[in-house]
Amino acid sequence: MASVDTQRQKQLVLILARAFVSNLSTPALLADARGYLVFYNEAAEDVVGTRFGETGEMPFDEWSADFEPRTTTSDPLPPERRPPRIAFDERRPAHLAYVVTAADGVENEVEVTAFPLFAHTEEFVGIVVVFWRR
Amino acid sequence: MRLKIWGCRGSVSAPGAHTAKYGGNTSCVEVSVDDDTALVLDAGTGIRALGFDLVGRGTRRIHLFLTHLHLDHLEGLRFFAPLWDERVTIEIWGPRSPVHSLRDRILRSFSPPLFPLDFRDVPARVTFHDLPGEPWRAGGISLTADLVLHPGATLGFRVESDRASLAYLPDHEPALAGIDGRSPDWISAGALARDADLVLHDSQFTEAEYDAKVGWGHSSVADAVAFCRAVGAKRLVLFHHEPDHSDHALEELEARARALTGNDREPPVLAREGMTLELG
Repeated sequence: MASVDTQRQKQLVLILARAFVSNLSTPALLADARGYLVFYNEAAEDVVGTRFGETGEMPFDEWSADFEPRTTTSDPLPPERRPPRIAFDERRPAHLAYVVTAADGVENEVEVTAFPLFAHTEEFVGIVVVFWRR
Repeated sequence: MRLKIWGCRGSVSAPGAHTAKYGGNTSCVEVSVDDDTALVLDAGTGIRALGFDLVGRGTRRIHLFLTHLHLDHLEGLRFFAPLWDERVTIEIWGPRSPVHSLRDRILRSFSPPLFPLDFRDVPARVTFHDLPGEPWRAGGISLTADLVLHPGATLGFRVESDRASLAYLPDHEPALAGIDGRSPDWISAGALARDADLVLHDSQFTEAEYDAKVGWGHSSVADAVAFCRAVGAKRLVLFHHEPDHSDHALEELEARARALTGNDREPPVLAREGMTLELG
């Protein structure tokens, strides 16, 4: 008899967030409480340059490093200054404009907003990251 | 594992000649644990008859698990005979809201103008437990709870013995966040129902009815079948019957569910008040 696997099951708030961002024309992605990228939508695929199905789940920092985030004056942008890391570590919303290079080599200046998701006051389940090309 | 259905109607009780075969009482299911302990899922109007039965059996310890606090899952509690017996211990498990405890939420229904008595007047020894939490275990049975897709804080349950597993999802609209093309871990209640021997699942609507009621928190019979297929559940019991559906209408739903299921799985069956099911 199979036993319930609550470790792999996505938290309901994440499932709802995925349904929500799947229907947005605004690029958006989700990371879970482990800090893993777990989904991004079709609009984000256009900016990122790869389909989520090709990427799969992976540590968010590892994934985002490939895009060489840097400031609008071309200085390196350390993870702790990026909105997703702030939302994850400090559990608060954050916003910043910076530059990334997509998988296809195209440089994009983007505005990035990230905010944490709490199912209950103490129950952090992940973050939502929304971004716009400037 | 043995379970008995004391109520399987959805939304509001629907007594009458047109529902006599499958029953008009709202959700309540009993899972047999041992002679001294009762495990009860939901407190719809079906719990009233169960209460009299438990008194007759002399059961003194009751664990009541509530999927959520919509009235059709709670309205029988105030008329549950063991609650009014000082010799009985009742532990009530259910979902807290994002801001209020289960206890605070239930106590609203035990106060004027909704009810003439206050909860202080209840003689049974009652304790409340917020869920989700650690799995509950007793008498060789375990119960795991998780939040599922339905308006407001709502739980689904998986009940397991060493030989059988049951998923109880009376109010559930997984299609709202997607079933087809999703892996089970991305489907609401996917882990609760995965490879379960039996799933009692919301099947309130025909497909046409569902089209007009998307987001109400309930499933079409087609989505219930699709959910069970996606998570590898072995058998579907159609549950939470629409109050406007007559016995005849329910049997048409059952035929539709069987046609959608095909021959590679056990045929779905309608939940019926008084039905007993043996697993394992």
